Amino acid sequence: MSIDFKQLYKTFSLQELRKGLGVTGKRFFNKKITVMYPEEKTPKSPRFRGLHALRRYPNGEERCIACKLCEAVCPALAITIDSEEREDGQRRTTRYDIDLFKCIYCGFCEEACPVDSIVLTDIHEFHMESNGERLIDKKGLLELGDKYEEDIAEARRQDAPYR
Amino acid sequence: MIRDAVFYMTSWLPESLQILVWVMLKIVFILVPLILSVAYFTLAERKVIGYMQLRVGPNRVGPKGLFQPFADVGKLLMKEVLIPSKSNKYLFLIAPILSLAPAFAAWAVMPFSDQLVLADIDASLLYVLALTSMGVYGVIVAGWASNSKYAFLGAMRSAAQIVAYEIAMGFALVGVLMAAGSLNLREIVLAQSGSGIASWYMWPLFPLFIVYFISGVAETNRAPFDVAEGESEIVAGFHVEYSGMGFALFFLAEYANMILIAALTVLMFLGGWLPIIETAPFTWIPGVMWFGLKTSAVAFFFLWFRATFPRYRYDQIMRLGWKILIPVTLVWIFVIGIAKFYTPFGGFFS
Amino acid sequence: MTFLQLCFYFFSAVLVFAAGMVVTVRNPVKSALFLVLAFFSAACIWITLEAEFLAIVLVLVYVGAVMVLFLFVVMMLDIDLAVMRAGFTRYLPVGSVVALLLIGEIALVMISGFTSESFPAPAAHGADYSNSKELGLLIYTVYVYPFEIAAIILLVAIVAAIALTMRRRPDSKYINPSEQVKVNRDDRLRIVKMKSEPKPDQQIGGDA
Repeated sequence: MSIDFKQLYKTFSLQELRKGLGVTGKRFFNKKITVMYPEEKTPKSPRFRGLHALRRYPNGEERCIACKLCEAVCPALAITIDSEEREDGQRRTTRYDIDLFKCIYCGFCEEACPVDSIVLTDIHEFHMESNGERLIDKKGLLELGDKYEEDIAEARRQDAPYR
Repeated sequence: MIRDAVFYMTSWLPESLQILVWVMLKIVFILVPLILSVAYFTLAERKVIGYMQLRVGPNRVGPKGLFQPFADVGKLLMKEVLIPSKSNKYLFLIAPILSLAPAFAAWAVMPFSDQLVLADIDASLLYVLALTSMGVYGVIVAGWASNSKYAFLGAMRSAAQIVAYEIAMGFALVGVLMAAGSLNLREIVLAQSGSGIASWYMWPLFPLFIVYFISGVAETNRAPFDVAEGESEIVAGFHVEYSGMGFALFFLAEYANMILIAALTVLMFLGGWLPIIETAPFTWIPGVMWFGLKTSAVAFFFLWFRATFPRYRYDQIMRLGWKILIPVTLVWIFVIGIAKFYTPFGGFFS
Repeated sequence: MTFLQLCFYFFSAVLVFAAGMVVTVRNPVKSALFLVLAFFSAACIWITLEAEFLAIVLVLVYVGAVMVLFLFVVMMLDIDLAVMRAGFTRYLPVGSVVALLLIGEIALVMISGFTSESFPAPAAHGADYSNSKELGLLIYTVYVYPFEIAAIILLVAIVAAIALTMRRRPDSKYINPSEQVKVNRDDRLRIVKMKSEPKPDQQIGGDA
C-alpha cells in the first residue's frame, strides 16, 4: 500500500475545514436578508389560508345553505353545523361553529363549498385571550365576512383563472 | 490602594478574616465581569451565527438586541424548576452547580496581566487542567440523576468523549510546559515575550496549538463535538430534564468553559497579555486589554465552528481523539524535546 | 486556632464522612460519587501540607479520569440491591474478624510511639519554593529506574488489557472512517453533459 501524499497533505493541512470556514466567514459580511417582521412584511399569495369567514351575496343574503359538505370534509372535525328551516322555507344554519384550535387551515371546507360561502381569509395575525374565544360562531364568522368582503372578493378574483 | 482601604474598613476584624474579606472582594472583581461576559457571549453567539446564516440575530430587546441576555436570564429565573418524580433529587440539584463551579474556579489562577492574578500558584497549569476535568461530573451526575434514557445516553457519550480528549489536551500542555520550562501560567506567558507575535508559542508549537484548540472544543461539548447534547438524536442530552435555573446554570457553565478554554489558548499559545508588536503604540494598551482582545478573538472561533461544521458521528469523534490527535501530540513532544536539547533551535524556547 | 487548622479539620471531617458513606451507602453510583468527594477532600488536605503538585495530580488523575471511567461502568450495571443485602449476615463473622485485625494492627502502630513528636512537621517553605521542581528532580535522578520501570509496567498493562479485550465481530457493519473521509466527489459523481431534449408536443401538455 503506497502512501497517498496528496491525501495526507489534505488531511493535515485541514484543507476541507478551512474551506468550510471560508464559506461561513464570507457570508458573515454579506447583506442580511432578514425581513423585520412587524415593520416589513413579505407579500402574501391570494391563496393564503388564514382566519375563516362566512360570505354574503351582494344583496345581503347569507350564502350558506347548510349543505354540511364542509362539516363532512373537514379532516380535523373542527366545524359543527346545526340547521333548520327558515320562515321563508329555505334551509339555513342555526349554528356554525369553527374550533380554531382543531382547525388545521387545510382549506378543504372552502373547496367543498358549492356556494363559496365559507372561505379562508388571508388574516394570520389573530390571537385569543381566553379559552372560549377559540370557537367562532356563525355571528362572528359573518361579521368577519362583512368586514373583509372586499379583500376576500379581490383575492378570489385574482385566483379565478387558476381554479 | 484599594487593598489598604479594605483593610482599613475591616480593621475591627481579626487579621485572617480581613484577608478573607480581601480575597472575597478579589473573587467578586473577577467573577462579575466574567458572568457579564458569559451573558454577552450568549448574545454574541446568536448574533454571529445569525450573521453567518444571513440573518440578523436577536435585535428586539434594547438597542440592537443588547439587553437580550438580561431578558433571557429574567425568563429563566421565573420559570419553574421541575424535578422529575423518579429522579434522585439531591444529585439532580447538585449537578448544575458541579458543572458551573469548576468553570469559575479555574479563573483563580488566570494571569490577566503581569500583576493581576488572584493566586499565582506554582502548578497553575495543572490546576486548570484538573478543574476542567472536574466539569464532566456535572454532566455525568445530571445524566444519571435525571433517570431518563436520553439524559443518560448524553452523559455516557460526554464522559467517554471528555476522557478521550483530555489526554490529547494534556499532551498538548506537556509540549507547552516543556517549551516554557514551567507549570506556572504567568511564567509561560513571560517565556513568550521578546519580539512580539514572532515569539509566541503558536509558531513553534503549531500542531499542539491546533490539537489543543480542537480538544478544547471537544472538552466543552461544543459543535462539532456536541454529541452529549445531540438534539437530533437524544433531544438535549444530559440536560433534557432541566428547566428554569437548572438549565440556566448548565448554559452558563458551557459558555464559561468556552471562555476559559479561549483564555487558556491565549495564555499558552498567543502570548497572554503581551502586545502583538512590542513597540510604542502597541505597548500603550494595557495588558488586560490585550488579553481580553485575544480571548474574544479565539472565542469567536468557537462560534464560527458552530456555524460551519456539522456534528461528528460518535465513532469518528473517538477516532479523531485517540488515533489522530494523541499521536500528533506525541510526535511533536518528541520534536520539541530534540529541538530543545540537541539543536541550535534550543534557544527558541529559552 | 489558625485558619489553616480550621481548614484541616473541615476537610478531614468531610473526608471521614465521605469515606464512611462510600462503604455504607447502598447505591453503588452514590458510593462512587462519595469516593470522588473523599479524593477531593484528601487533595485539599495535601494542599494544606504544601504538597500542591501531588494534590492536583490526585484530582487530575483519580477524580478527573479514573473515577469517571469507574462511574461509567457502575452506571451501566443493573445491580439488584436485595441480592447484595442477602449475604450480609453470612459474611458478617468473616468481615468483622478482618475489621478487628485491621483495627488491631493500626492500634499497635499507634501505641508504639507514632506521635507528632516522633514525626515533627516539616519546616514551612518560602513563596518561591517549587514543589513540582523538587519532585521532578527526585524522580529523574534518585528514583529514575523505579520510575521508568513503573512506566513500562503500566504501558505493558495497557497493551495487555487492549489485547485481551479486543475482539472482532464478524457481523459488525463497521466502516472505517478514514476511508469515508478520503472519498472525493470525483470518485462517486460523474457530471454528464448532454443537449437539451426538444419540447414535447404542446397539444398533449395540457390546457395551459
